[in-house]
Amino acid sequence: MGLFRKSRYSQVGTREIKDVPKNIASKCPACKHVHISRDLSQKMKVCDRCGHHFSLPASQRLRQIIDHNTFQEWDGELTSLDPLEFPGYAEKLDQVREKSGLSEAVITGRGEIEGQLVGIGIMAPEFMLGSMGSVVGEKITRLINRSREQGLPLVIFSASGGARMQESIYSLMQMAKTGAALARFADAGLLYISVLTHPTTGGVTASFAMLGDINLAEPGSLIGFAGPRVIEQTIGQKLPEGFQRAEFLLEHGFIDRIVERKEMKKELARILALHQGGEQVG
Amino acid sequence: MVDGEKQLEHLERKIKDLQAFAREQEINLNSEIRSLEEKAQAIRQEIYSNLSPWQRVKMARNMKRPTTLDYINMLCTDFMEMHGDRLFSDDPAIIGGIARFEQEPVTVIGHQKGRSTRDNIARNFGMPHPEGYRKALRLMEQADKFGRPIISFIDTPGAYPGLGAEERGQGEAIARNLRDMSRLRVPMLVVVTGEGGSGGALALACGDWTGMFENAVYSVISPEGCASILWKDPGKAPEAAESLKLTAEDLKKAGVIDAIIDEPRGGCQQDPAAMGEKLREQIKIVLSDLKQKDHSELLQRRWERINRIGVWTEMENKKQEISQ
Repeated sequence: MGLFRKSRYSQVGTREIKDVPKNIASKCPACKHVHISRDLSQKMKVCDRCGHHFSLPASQRLRQIIDHNTFQEWDGELTSLDPLEFPGYAEKLDQVREKSGLSEAVITGRGEIEGQLVGIGIMAPEFMLGSMGSVVGEKITRLINRSREQGLPLVIFSASGGARMQESIYSLMQMAKTGAALARFADAGLLYISVLTHPTTGGVTASFAMLGDINLAEPGSLIGFAGPRVIEQTIGQKLPEGFQRAEFLLEHGFIDRIVERKEMKKELARILALHQGGEQVG
Repeated sequence: MVDGEKQLEHLERKIKDLQAFAREQEINLNSEIRSLEEKAQAIRQEIYSNLSPWQRVKMARNMKRPTTLDYINMLCTDFMEMHGDRLFSDDPAIIGGIARFEQEPVTVIGHQKGRSTRDNIARNFGMPHPEGYRKALRLMEQADKFGRPIISFIDTPGAYPGLGAEERGQGEAIARNLRDMSRLRVPMLVVVTGEGGSGGALALACGDWTGMFENAVYSVISPEGCASILWKDPGKAPEAAESLKLTAEDLKKAGVIDAIIDEPRGGCQQDPAAMGEKLREQIKIVLSDLKQKDHSELLQRRWERINRIGVWTEMENKKQEISQ
């Protein structure tokens, strides 16, 4: 995955272990410690040496957040087409569906967080970098609308490279669509918690991800509108350390709280409870 | 510049010189002039009758094209520019203010490019910072408060990708506009006059009606950006332009825009006044229609308009699998 490739440039000193066998071991891109993949999954994919949060497949995220046996999927049958006959897109979709076992880059539905019912959306970074095309936009919009109709609070975990290039204008319009749906949702007086995870950029940052009543982020997540490479090319200089990371956004006023993965479910439950007229959570 | 335009310009200058020469010297060069004019006409036909998407991208970016300010001045009277987002500063890449269109007060906003390199640097090439989007929203909300229709002109390569822009929340500013524009209770007309550069364009473009100039383009990413991601080669931008389906005709087919507004042959810059007139007529018709609708109808219509955009399929079999 992209994370690993990147580490090859930025890493200095320490014992270099190249070509970590896939599926068996994973090297932490931050501290270079090599983890047994199975152990890492048991640690919620967080490096216990340095606290680095690894990218999390949507299904694992779902298990971490939603109470066992309470999840009911919505719109799982929605499937992307290739409306613009974009070179290579149809093949790419087939490949990614096969490899990820997902139909698209977001899972939506309803479920419980410590017994509190919510509308939940979880973006899948393993599906074309979580990019938003027609289906992602439509699923998110239906999630927002259905949560509104059912009077449910809404939680969306973002992880996305932005709008999906291969659907061009259709992808772009999903930003406006989700934004309009959130206006109606907000006007109904309901709570929306947006959780930004690594990475959240482009058209997803510039639409539903930034519009939470409460914006949370996982530590170290890259969050921004323009990608770092594009900015570097534009301004002709290297970006400062920590630029566009969750901590940077907190400092600049765009994130309410940074929450570690192991605390996320508890934290969400607390916020949800505080919006339910004083009910206590265990 | 589109291929062949240089040759055409050269020829047109020759014809003018020849006409002047004939007048001065009082000699008859009519047949020579006519044959040159025929040749120019043939070249024009060849260049403009079948423009490729990439050629349209170049037309849309032509620095001689009229800018938002030009259109405001052509269409409106009493334009008063208003400045600032009340939070940080004033962004010269977006202009806005109050004016009269056909006597009626309107709010006008739009991306502002420069007409010269120096002007363009001052305008940041029409690439806004968050404060630009926040100014635009402030003006739109004022229009809502005072019941003025909004006319928005779209012409930007995109939102500026820079340090300050990120620090001040480019993503948040665009996102907020998208959400809050859907609540405006006044008619909002959008005209894509040049470049519709992704989210940076969309943040001023969620209205009740969208018209697009014949040679304008509108897409999720620039052809150069697309080519460098996809083929690691920005030089393949012409192919990317083809793939992105970014022309007015493509967008009409996709149901994203309502009308294509024809340009004079060779582009708006050939006859800005005629373009202004054509646009005025269009806006007059659309505006009088939208003004008939009450708030709730307007909002419902806008919601339905955006809601239907997208292409997907719903595989019934899979649905059964999950519910079992």
